[in-house]
Amino acid sequence: MTSNTELSKKYVELLKVINNRTVNKDYYILEVECSHDISNILPGQFVELLVEDTRNAFLRRPISIYDVHPERNTMDLLIQIVGEGTRLLSKLKKGDYVDVMYPLGKSFSIIDSGKKALLVGGGVGVAPLLYLAKKLQKNNVEVHILLGGRGNDNIIETSNFKKYGKIYVSTEDASIGEKGFVTQHSIMQESDFDMIYSCGPDPMMRAVAKIASQNNINCEVSLENMMACGIGACLCCVTPTTSGHQCVCTDGPVFNTEVLEWNK
Amino acid sequence: MNLAVKIGDLEFKNPVMTASGTFGYGPEFEDFIDINRLGGIVVKGTTLHHREGNAYPRMAETPSGMLNAVGLQNKGVDVFCNDIYHKIKHYDTNIFVNVSGSTIEEYIETAERINELDHIPGIELNISCPNVKEGGMAFGTSCPSAVAVTHAVREVYKKTMVVKLSPNVTNIAEIAKAVEGVGADGVSLINTLLAMAINAETKKSVLSTITGGLSGPAIKPIALRMVWQVAQAVKIPIIGMGGIMNATDAIEFMLAGSTAIQVGTANFIDPAVTIKIIDGIEDYMRRHKIDDVNDLIGGML
Repeated sequence: MTSNTELSKKYVELLKVINNRTVNKDYYILEVECSHDISNILPGQFVELLVEDTRNAFLRRPISIYDVHPERNTMDLLIQIVGEGTRLLSKLKKGDYVDVMYPLGKSFSIIDSGKKALLVGGGVGVAPLLYLAKKLQKNNVEVHILLGGRGNDNIIETSNFKKYGKIYVSTEDASIGEKGFVTQHSIMQESDFDMIYSCGPDPMMRAVAKIASQNNINCEVSLENMMACGIGACLCCVTPTTSGHQCVCTDGPVFNTEVLEWNK
Repeated sequence: MNLAVKIGDLEFKNPVMTASGTFGYGPEFEDFIDINRLGGIVVKGTTLHHREGNAYPRMAETPSGMLNAVGLQNKGVDVFCNDIYHKIKHYDTNIFVNVSGSTIEEYIETAERINELDHIPGIELNISCPNVKEGGMAFGTSCPSAVAVTHAVREVYKKTMVVKLSPNVTNIAEIAKAVEGVGADGVSLINTLLAMAINAETKKSVLSTITGGLSGPAIKPIALRMVWQVAQAVKIPIIGMGGIMNATDAIEFMLAGSTAIQVGTANFIDPAVTIKIIDGIEDYMRRHKIDDVNDLIGGML
């Protein structure tokens, strides 16, 4: 198993928007062109985008890297409109420039060839899982992907995920896939996975981690704490761990659930 | 063109410093700037013992600013001296340690340890942290306690000592004058303003601690007023801060009476902002035909 301990050099610069693809009314994907080599960006890393409105969106917005295209040196950022900042960013058009700090944070571990992985994403939490699935598949890992949400509108990009693994879906309103939370999906009962990777709402990740632990499966989650600097300077985004408060931005966002002290 | 300024006997290559708690220890920013270009850096608030700080959430974004309630999370002075110090002592800039404590004895012991470090030319005595239950701001909000801690640390700390003042007081000039009287080489102001944020949907406080410290451009006019008031009251140099986002802001603080300035929250938005501010001050001086940056200090007409 390989994991990312040494962080690559970070940049802050204006990047050109190559495309802004609307997924549905709540989600969009920005493709930005980078001026530095991005082939070493790892799954789970994120960027911080500057919103050009200092009154209503003072701080940068942390956004997961959804996909990386080394052949044209671009990266895709999957964004959900949740507030003023992400709404303003959704207005970016092809040819615009956006101020980006990247790449930030530590990545998911890539398990060894021949192993079996389950990726569990909820809502916009699916964002870091596509690039992860791509890297796992490249490493000959058997990839299973469970996507969950409240309803059909929250299940996005399934055709893209399909390229890298077997897809399962659950919705709370049963509009698509099995009815219920992701943790109630039948695939979660299977105990022969070597790793479960998860990103989504906090209660979902806790429930996934609990099932993983019951089945003795290693589990990594990507946390989405509120953040200011993104580089470990402000100490605002901390989470309690077995080694005390750690920064989600630099010690994470990916953590093995064994080190998280979620109940503190 | 001269950009150098002095606080006590200590020379700074330019007036631009970083504010404690917004710049880590320096290495966090090495990918973005040449640390050696800065006038100085003030590292994260350091206490005698390790502190875990307050529970998450510790931050809230507010209009043109943010609240924090980190609560002086740090690994304690021993880890600073034995580990962190060796990673930053090569910087060619004035490294200040921001010293905090719950009791006067803790301030003294921490300052004594820092006094032994050759490459740390000064401390910033933090008597203004609004986010700790004991000590912190309690020392900085009355003249007798501000005098007691400043005097006690002055006895043991031989290098440059700046006292960081709280804006959460009725008369900041009075506190500044009091610490000047017991040997402070300078004062830095302002620390954050005690504030809060409520989420109307959940009806809960956004911060785990309910209250926190407000920083960012939202507080700049208040900070500028306080720097100006303190400048009328003391002879020692002032390090001004509070919402400085660019060179124009920095110059305004100097015109109000600051000898140097600190950049805080802006580091979170643009990690290279300090260098842009240094370049911007030079540009301003060229445009206004000013040869010596010291001519800006208190230069408001």
